[in-house]
Amino acid sequence: MEALKQLGQYTLLLYQALRSVTEFSTYRENLFNEFVKVGYQSIPIIMLVGVFTGAVLTLQTAYQLDTDLYPAYIVGSIVAQSVIIELAAVISGLVLAGKVGARISTELGTMRVSEQIDALESMGFNSVAFLVLPRIFAGVLMFPVLYIIASTLGIIGGVVAGAADGILPAAEFMKGGRQFFFPEDVVFGILKSFVFGFVITSISCFKGYFAFGGAEGVGNATTQATVLSCIYILLADFVLAAILL
Amino acid sequence: MIEINNLTKSFGKNLIWKDVSFQIEDGETLAVIGKSGCGKSVLLKHLNALMYPDSGEVIIDGQCVFDLNYSELRLMRQRFGILFQGGALFDSINTFENIAFPLRYFTNKTEGEIKKDVEEALDMVNLKDAGSKATSELSGGMRKRVGLARAIILKPDYLLYDEPTSGLDPQTSDEINELIVSMADSFDLTSIVITHDMHSVLSIAEKVAFLDSQKLSWFGSIDEMKKSEHPPLVEFTTASEYKIKA
Ligand SMILES: Nc1ncnc2c1ncn2[C@@H]1O[C@H](COP(=O)(O)OP(=O)(O)OP(=O)(O)O)[C@@H](O)[C@H]1O
Ligand SMILES: [Mg+2]
Repeated sequence: MEALKQLGQYTLLLYQALRSVTEFSTYRENLFNEFVKVGYQSIPIIMLVGVFTGAVLTLQTAYQLDTDLYPAYIVGSIVAQSVIIELAAVISGLVLAGKVGARISTELGTMRVSEQIDALESMGFNSVAFLVLPRIFAGVLMFPVLYIIASTLGIIGGVVAGAADGILPAAEFMKGGRQFFFPEDVVFGILKSFVFGFVITSISCFKGYFAFGGAEGVGNATTQATVLSCIYILLADFVLAAILL
Repeated sequence: MIEINNLTKSFGKNLIWKDVSFQIEDGETLAVIGKSGCGKSVLLKHLNALMYPDSGEVIIDGQCVFDLNYSELRLMRQRFGILFQGGALFDSINTFENIAFPLRYFTNKTEGEIKKDVEEALDMVNLKDAGSKATSELSGGMRKRVGLARAIILKPDYLLYDEPTSGLDPQTSDEINELIVSMADSFDLTSIVITHDMHSVLSIAEKVAFLDSQKLSWFGSIDEMKKSEHPPLVEFTTASEYKIKA
């Protein structure tokens, strides 16, 4: 029952956001700020995530395939494809659920409990257009960019780790990577990150926007926002794989 | 005129109040009193449909606010100024910008005109030089005054105050009370003041609504209140009187 009510409230919030798309002047300024906060300021952590994912995956793949049955370049194929299809999007998504999601739900939750959202609404201001819309836009537009950064760095991390550890030379890695490179996989990864961007920002906005009960309420909202974001990222990942692969 | 008819509100199973009905005439100052947690702030938020009731209506100039669609509602809300309990200042922008905010979004005023209006408003609340301060640098009393300046900047018809004097020292409280009276006079406002400060009720209000036991327990003029023998009201007012003397 409670879950159904929440779903209804969430849908209504999204509907109101959608209906406010035309009020560009209300959210233009915040949109730019959110591009910076969601996108630009996430680049360092995303680069780190990418490099280490690719590097660790290379070492472990080499370890698992440690027989003479396969040519070494196969490591490059496996790492590149896994990074592009799955890891760059999902691991970034989970990290950003913490970084971006927590920030959004805390921000909106604090504005809610300190009555700043009421103050906006009471001026006749569209608080959903002002606060929710730019955050969701930033999520769906910036996450694909972050995905591309993460997967590029992931492959670079793999190349470097493979060469440094003497598993396979860079040229071999790239040869393997190219052999099983399908542009559709990149499209699939971009689509995933687009969906994750939407999941994280919309859930976090929802939890923050309807937070109540002081500092504790904001804390609860943030916890729920990050946990739910992670759950729905994994679910969405599964559903997309089932439908599209 | 604001007419409140049979308003009932609960959150889930938690009934806040039931069947609340009273009227506020134009130009009047009404005080809404009651214990902490009795639903005064919640009542206030029904007047401009920041919250929706389980049942009942709030009628402003013949229109029920809960029947309005969102664009009509936004126009209606601009007739209200609200001073929220903690000021509700936007903490991402400074004091000046907080007061200028409604002007920037809802008027076509030039930068010069905005500056003039904001300075006038700051002057009115006795905060001449606070414009450049970050909202985090403001004291509780200053926050309320900035909130008040922001609430009047678009010259509303109705001004709602949520506990304007709570948490302030007696002297600052008196200053705020004087401000409320002078605002009402100079802008010909209808004011609704939520408070549990009887001292402030006596110095500003003409009518009193008393919320207690999940209903509107008593409603009447200040003179009637002084004579009333309605037990819960007497208990509430004498408790404050005792506090004033102690
Ligand atoms: N959004 C909400 N969701 C659930 N319960 C709420 C919500 N807002 C208020 N309440 C509950 O409604 C009751 C009345 O709250 P309200 O803030 O109106 O009290 P109040 O009379 O203004 O008290 P105070 O003088 O302390 O400000 C409280 O018990 C509160 O827990
Ligand atoms: Mg209150």
